[in-house]
Order: sequence, then C-alpha cells, then structure tokens
Amino acid sequence: MNALYASRARKDKIIRVLCVGAAAFGLIWLGLILFTLFSNGLAGLSLSVFSEMTPPPGSRTGGLANAIFGSILMTVIGVAVGTPIGLLAGTYLAEYGRHEKLSFYVRFINDILLSAPSIVIGLFIYGAVVVPMGGFSGFAGSLALAVIVIPVVVRTTEDMLLLVPTQLREAASALGLPRSLVIRRIAYKAARTGLITGILLATARVAGETAPLLFTALSNQFWNANLMKTMANLPVTINNFVQSPYEYWRQLAWTGALLITLAVLALNIFARLLGAERKSK
Amino acid sequence: MTVPAVSNSSEQLDRARALSAFKLGDATFYWLTRLSALAVLLILGGIILSLIVGAWPAIKTFGLDFLVTRRWAPQLSPSPVLGALGPIYGTLVTSLIAMLIAVPVGIGIAIFLTEFCPPILRRPVGVAIELLAGIPSIIYGMWGFFVLAPFMTDHFMPAVIATFAHVPILNVIFAGPPSYLSLFNAALVLAIMILPFITAISRDVFQTVPPMLKESAYGLGCTTWEVVKNVVIPFTRAGVIGGIMLALGRALGETMAVTFIIGNSFQITGSIFSPGTTISAAIASEFAEADGVHMSALILLGLLLFVLTFCVLAAARLMLARLEMKQGK
Repeated sequence: MNALYASRARKDKIIRVLCVGAAAFGLIWLGLILFTLFSNGLAGLSLSVFSEMTPPPGSRTGGLANAIFGSILMTVIGVAVGTPIGLLAGTYLAEYGRHEKLSFYVRFINDILLSAPSIVIGLFIYGAVVVPMGGFSGFAGSLALAVIVIPVVVRTTEDMLLLVPTQLREAASALGLPRSLVIRRIAYKAARTGLITGILLATARVAGETAPLLFTALSNQFWNANLMKTMANLPVTINNFVQSPYEYWRQLAWTGALLITLAVLALNIFARLLGAERKSK
Repeated sequence: MTVPAVSNSSEQLDRARALSAFKLGDATFYWLTRLSALAVLLILGGIILSLIVGAWPAIKTFGLDFLVTRRWAPQLSPSPVLGALGPIYGTLVTSLIAMLIAVPVGIGIAIFLTEFCPPILRRPVGVAIELLAGIPSIIYGMWGFFVLAPFMTDHFMPAVIATFAHVPILNVIFAGPPSYLSLFNAALVLAIMILPFITAISRDVFQTVPPMLKESAYGLGCTTWEVVKNVVIPFTRAGVIGGIMLALGRALGETMAVTFIIGNSFQITGSIFSPGTTISAAIASEFAEADGVHMSALILLGLLLFVLTFCVLAAARLMLARLEMKQGK
C-alpha cells in the first residue's frame, strides 16, 4: 500500500516539476524576445527617427517619420471605418436578434473571421479594391485594416452588451422610451468602458498587422498624405529593411519594431486598466 | 373652456409627432444594426468571391493537378508549371511541429497557473502571457531571423544530425546540412508565437471547472495530478481541443513569423532541417514580382489556405460552443 502511495506522490511531483519547467521554458523564450527587442531597438532610437524620412539604399542617415505617419493614419482610418459597423452589428446580435437564426450564422462567421489569416484579407482587398482602382493605395490599406477591426469589435460589443442587466432596459422601456433609445442611452452608457476596451484592443490588433498591407498600401520612400497613393507604414518598412544588406536599415528595422511593440503593449495595458476599473465599480 | 381644449389638441399633435419620430428612429436604428450584421456575412462572401475570381485563370490552367504538382516554375516558357504541393507540405509540416512543441508546453503552463501557482505569481504571469499574445507577429519573425535561427543552426542542428545519422527514417527527417533557412526554425518560431494563445485559452477553460468537483476529488485523497487528469481535463476536453484548433488555425495562416526564415524553397526533401515554404510565405515573398497566371496561382494558394483554415476554425468553434452549452450558458 505504501509503495502505491509513494508512486502516486512521485508521479504528482514529476508532473509538477514538468509544469513549472514548461512555465519557465515559455517565459524564457518570451523574455529573450523582449530583451533582444529592447537592447537592439533602443540603440537606434533618436530624434532623427521621428523627423527624417526612410533612407534610400546605402544611406547612413534617415528615420522613419513617413512610415510612422502612414501607420498612424491608416490605423486611425481603419478603426474609424470598422468600428461603427462592428458596433452596430454587435448591437444587433445582443439586442435585437439574440435568438434569431440570422444571429447564429453571423456570430459563427464572425468568430471565424476573427482568426482568419490576415494575408487572405490582404488578397481580398487586393482583388476587390486595388485591382479595380488601378493601383496600390493607403486607402486600400485602411480598408484591409477595417476588415480586420470589424470582427473584433462585433465580438466585444456583443459580450459587453450581454453583461448589461435586463432590468435596466425594462425600467427604461417602462418609462416609455422607444427601443432604439433604450439601447443608445441606457445599454451603451452602461457598457461604455467595455465598448471602449474593445475598440482599443482592435486598434492594438491592427497596429502591427503586416501581411495585409503588403498587397494594399505597399510602401513609399517619401512623405505622403495622399490616400490614393502608396503609403509608407512601419510594418512593411520593417519587412523590407530586415532582409537588406545595409547595417543602417537593419538598425532602423529594430527601432521600428520596438516602436510598434511599445504602442501595441501600451494600448493593451490601457485597455486592461479600463476593464479592471469597470470591474471594481 | 376653449383654452385648455386648444392646448389639449396641440399637445396631442406634439405627442403624435414625437411618437412618429420615435417610430422612424426605431426603424432606422433597427435596420442599421441589421444591415451591419449582414455586412459581416457579406465580408465572408466578398472574400470567397474575390479569391475565386482572382484564382480563376490558374484554376482553368492547372485544374486539380495544382494540388498534386511538386514543381513550381513560374519562369518556364512557353507556359509556367505551378503546383501547390510544396507549400501545402511546408504549411502542414511547420504547423504540426509547432503544435507538437506548443501544445504540451502551453497546457503545462495552464495547469501550473490554475492548479499550483503561488497566488502572488498568478496574476503577473497570466497578464504577461496575455500581453505577449498581442505582440505583432513580425516581431517574432525578426527575432527568429536574427537570433533564434543562427543559434539553432549552429548549436542544436549539428548535434541532432550527428545523433540520428545512423538511425533509419530519423536520419532522413533530421538530414543535414544545417541551414539558417529551414522548416524547423520556422516551426519553432511559430511554436513560440502560438504558445501564449494555447496557454490563455486552456487557462480560461480550466477555470470553468466548478470548484466543488475538484474539491470532492481532493477530499477523496487525489493528488493534484490525479485531479487534473481525472476531473479537470475530462470536464474541459471539448474546450481544450477547441482552443488547440484555434491555435492551429493561427499557425496555418501565419505569415510574417515564418517568411523570413523558411527560405521560400518549393522542394520537398523530407528533412525538416532543409529550407521549404508555406502557403502564406510563398504568397508574401512572390506576390510583388508576380503577374499573369503566376499571380493567379498565388491567389489560388490564398483560396486553399482560406478553405483550410475555415474548416479548422469552424471545427474549433463548434467544439467551444459545445463546452458552453454544457455549462448551460
């Protein structure tokens, strides 16, 4: 009997060690990535990164100003286009069509789009926008990002609206408010921080997207605010610079990677803090 | 008597006007939301339609042979020969290796976090893993290119190749020479990238186990491992498998984490240490200089990838839905 106990205890101990080992293994890799990113990225961080354009081949000066601007512009437009559609669709799922057949299909398809490969979204916008318009453009890039934003916002909106107690809606309806006002004035207000969290997470998701921009916005060596032309952006610039033979380009790629990661982490942490605040209320 | 009557009728008029405004607003808002919901379906339809239209010339030229042809020769004259077998093979092999590494480790971390992590560490480790799931994939790709691939190629691969040099079968799988650009290096980066996903989802589903069930098992004298094996995992099986398939969907379609280090070679050598390519890496690296039927073949590859991930993700969602139903949500 004691031998059985001992073997059970031994097995338990082995598994515990393996699990701790797994945690250490995972965290070490991830720590290594952040360490490399910071040590290589900080080395190239200077004011000129923000003030100068991306350098031509061989140049030893230059920055990422046009790429940073293009990334911010396309992300903002993508989020601005995708958010209203996502919010309204999420509202339909949570408020009007909670038990309808249509909602079931929309929810299912939305969940699949949520994790669909982003390169396919890029090909879709290439075929649907770039080819008919006759060329790569910042506009097409923004649309590709919008298509990625929509499923994220739909999902969080539905989840957050479902958390709003039904009694609140019933109380508003009892006062004679029509359905649309109940949703807009009561449900949205009650779920506000949750909705903002969703939008922030969607922004973080698209800020680092590279694959869809390769076939839509392409890149541009110069400053460009015209949405109808190719537009520089950080991820594609990094993609082009990483594999280059020029030391300076690779340095810029690391710096750009650090900037993107910091932006994405900041958005994520901000969203999380908002979420935590809501819970503590 | 007349004054109240007048105010009464104007009041009624106001009320009627307000009511009709409400009605209009209600209907408008309802249709706006309904149309937006339909837009989600429309996006899916748009993706499929646009990919089929783009891929049509390649479908017409190659037909079903596309799936079984190993050769990829876009410059061949008079007409190029293009086959998807190489990229499909590379996609499946890299995803398989990545899952073999990431699934046990990810579930191990999740068990650690939910069952015997000191409470002080639980939140920071959990948050760190969630944040790492948000890091853009191009960062993983860069790191793999500059740091991981050189290290693995110089230190890990030669040792493995030497160890298995005289074992049949294994000496083909682990055949040299070691290469910076290889399926194995790409798979390892993929594994590190999907690790946070698997951990986060497994942890979430492990947390759905009612404490009463676990406590009963502990009360009967089970060890922690026995509780995990006999209570937690059976209770959450559908959820864990759903989470794994969700991660598989990501691994299959991931582009930027693998493009730099896979080598974009369409050969099928059987060795995981040799260069290869995946569907997404092939599209990303050749799209810029492609035209005509070459371009169309790349879009057809994209269509294949979409169909593949669609099936995997659909299965994942159905499994996760089953778990939710079990909880009576």
